[in-house]
Amino acid sequence: MNDALLKEFQALVGQENVMESEADRFSYAYDAAVLEPKMPGLVVRPTSREDMGRVVKLCNDNGLPLTVRGSGTNLSGGTIPSIGGVVVLTNALNKILEINEADLYAVVEPGVITAKFAAEVAARGLFYPPDPGSQAVSTLGGNVAENAGGLRGLKYGVTKDYVMGVDFFDVDGEIVKSGSRTVKCVTGLNLAGLMVGSEGTLGVFEKLILKLTPPPLAAKAMMAVFDDVNKACETVAAIIAAKIVPATLEFMDNFTIRTVEDFAHAGLPVEAKALLLIEVDGHPGQVAEEAEKVEAICRQLGAQRIQVAKDAAERNKVWEARRAALSALARVSPTTVLEDATVPRSKIPAMMVALEAIASKYKLTIGTFGHAGDGNLHPTILTDRRNTEEWRRVEAAIDEIFDVALGLGGTLSGEHGIGLAKSKYLEKETSRATILYSRRLKKALDPKGILNPGKIIGE
Amino acid sequence: MADMQELLRLLGELDDQLVSCMRCGMCQAVCPIYSQTGREGDVARGKIALLEGLAHEMVKDPQGVQDKVTRCLLCGSCAANCPSGVKALDIFLKARVILTGYLGMSRVKQLIFRGLLSKPGLFNTMLSVASTFQGLFTTPVNDIIGSSCSKFLSPVLGDRHLMLLARTPLHSEVPSLDTPAGASGLKVAFFPGCLADKIFPRVGHAVLKVLAHHGVGVYLPAGQACCGIPALSSGDKQSYDKLVRANLDLFAGQDFDALVTPCATCTSTMKKIWPAMAAGMGAKDQQRIAELSAKVMDINAFVVDKLGLTPPEPKPGAKSVTVHDPCHLKKSLGIAAQPRTVLRMNPDYAVVEMNASDACCGCGGSFTLQHAEISATIGMQKRDNIVGAHAQVVATGCPACMLQISDMLSRSGDQIAVRHPMEIYAESL
Repeated sequence: MNDALLKEFQALVGQENVMESEADRFSYAYDAAVLEPKMPGLVVRPTSREDMGRVVKLCNDNGLPLTVRGSGTNLSGGTIPSIGGVVVLTNALNKILEINEADLYAVVEPGVITAKFAAEVAARGLFYPPDPGSQAVSTLGGNVAENAGGLRGLKYGVTKDYVMGVDFFDVDGEIVKSGSRTVKCVTGLNLAGLMVGSEGTLGVFEKLILKLTPPPLAAKAMMAVFDDVNKACETVAAIIAAKIVPATLEFMDNFTIRTVEDFAHAGLPVEAKALLLIEVDGHPGQVAEEAEKVEAICRQLGAQRIQVAKDAAERNKVWEARRAALSALARVSPTTVLEDATVPRSKIPAMMVALEAIASKYKLTIGTFGHAGDGNLHPTILTDRRNTEEWRRVEAAIDEIFDVALGLGGTLSGEHGIGLAKSKYLEKETSRATILYSRRLKKALDPKGILNPGKIIGE
Repeated sequence: MADMQELLRLLGELDDQLVSCMRCGMCQAVCPIYSQTGREGDVARGKIALLEGLAHEMVKDPQGVQDKVTRCLLCGSCAANCPSGVKALDIFLKARVILTGYLGMSRVKQLIFRGLLSKPGLFNTMLSVASTFQGLFTTPVNDIIGSSCSKFLSPVLGDRHLMLLARTPLHSEVPSLDTPAGASGLKVAFFPGCLADKIFPRVGHAVLKVLAHHGVGVYLPAGQACCGIPALSSGDKQSYDKLVRANLDLFAGQDFDALVTPCATCTSTMKKIWPAMAAGMGAKDQQRIAELSAKVMDINAFVVDKLGLTPPEPKPGAKSVTVHDPCHLKKSLGIAAQPRTVLRMNPDYAVVEMNASDACCGCGGSFTLQHAEISATIGMQKRDNIVGAHAQVVATGCPACMLQISDMLSRSGDQIAVRHPMEIYAESL
């Protein structure tokens, strides 16, 4: 970064909000994806939305690549500044601007932390359902840019289902407005929709309008134990076929069960081939009825044991086991590769068979858990990235996981994004024309290609 | 060691610990410093990435990395909250030693650690001289807290409100003890720690009173050395080793059931850091450390878990006391219930909880001197939570937290006393 330009950034946002030392820059060279770090030339932390717009313009005027970063928790390399340039932080733009209880929406700056927002909303007696695993630290801007999911996806949908509007800066730092505070809005192109999942490649968020809902009045959780993965998967299909949509319907395979039990001593049945963790919520009457039906379905389809949580403490215990899954797996080996290839839920049994075959073919340890209700499994490869020979097998296994998922009519990523990690697979799922169309769109909106270059559509 | 190759080799030895960080970033949710600055280099993930970057020669500036690694309270919030169980504290302490070995230590720190702290006799004499003259340079500001401030020392200490050195340190009044087990059938070794000895001897006396009341025998040898954490956190392994060995010579192999301290930081250091840093100390010392560490207990935990206390109901009109959980008790050792039980033993007090009782107070040992502004910002949040609890007293099981909290309350002019739980219990005996 040349001195004159550095001074311009400092003048724009204040010297204390520009980081140029090697140590500072290197701490923005990575995110939660298992990829090589790439150091940015400069890191800038605007403290007002106006400053953010000016930073975008300054980058564009000088043709500097610009990678927006919230908390840097994404799992696909979307915040790695792959060709250097400027990393722009949103975490100083962390104000909740409005929570409207009458009209059920909120307006926030992009750097608001997801869990803090959800808690603030809950304190007003309302509900913001998207709950990605990283919600304790992730930002809402990051959630929208990655279209983050979570455990409640099956019934409540994912981040995109709660985005009513996005105001964003174009590359000239001008504010583009899209969506509104109303439930219905057909004014103009659906640019807010274009922004969701765009991973910082098409615009820089200024503020977000998010939808809120009333919270469910009651919930009931249970754990069903199976001696056969297929039976568990059939149970998932049967629950949906019975027109019941649980708030969460989670799956754990035998390896994950054993690992969680070793770690958390939660009293899980270590001999079980699969566990389903199920929660229904809604009106108390409906919850009681649905819980009974779900229990009956589990029994019919061969669950060996069903544990229904009798109170909040027992309910918490059920979910503790699920929350411990990634932590427990992560402790087994130095490197944890968390994938999220997703298939139509009826194809989960086939996906599970394929994952076992892949694990044995490439001699890898794979623990699988995840959101069975929406087909979004998390095969988790436990490895050591320093072992180059094993790492090659890991890469081959990942390729094959994607091939299988696509073969089953599924998708490369349910909720982690494409970023750098999966952009090479994109054409397999879509088509050449899709990529070219996306690139033309990007070229028109960002002629100099400064916005998070290399992500999603390559180049 | 000004040899880059040697630096890389030593950092390479940390690699197995570094690589277990999966960069999930969950440490951001709990790091007191990150919550102030929002800078990745201030949170554990960033520091670990920097150490890996340095080890793999992607980062070339060891001083820049050391500056980040030392911007840390060593509170252990990150390690306690880490999904993949990264031992962040071990890593940061080892890294400070390695980087200090390469970069060297300031003359002032050399003088303090090598010239003074590691020579307990001289250290005691110097401080006893200082305690005689400190009144000349300081003015009392808050009677309830017992704090003073100093215009004369403000170039070094800023606008801090100080707790002065005690006129008579514990070791002058009680040079040594060796009493047999009484009614309890138990005997403890007592390690007051520097702060309870020199600034808060009232805490040491309270502990002795409680132990005597319960018929616990006490082994208190003269010439105790610092637990070593100030030297280690400044990267001075040489002084640290010397201090650990001095204490091992006094305590190892003696006959007692537990070694108790009223200082959360000393407890956590002796219980967890001594074993973690024992590599390279020789088989005999490693054995002595393993045996001694296993016996180390926080005084609150000892009194509650080993003596089996049953608290009475508080009297009507009891004074309210709120509890600050020291990081080195709750996050490091999982001790939170016992200090509350100790407080409830005195029926003249009723415990009321504050918000975020386990949030760090911002002291972090020498962190508060080197990064006074961040330390005070974090400390003032603690102060707001204490005041919000509407208590007359705040109690905490760590004299270092007592210093920081006294400073924060005193600067704000609050009339809230700062006590150790053992003092409150001892009052009732």
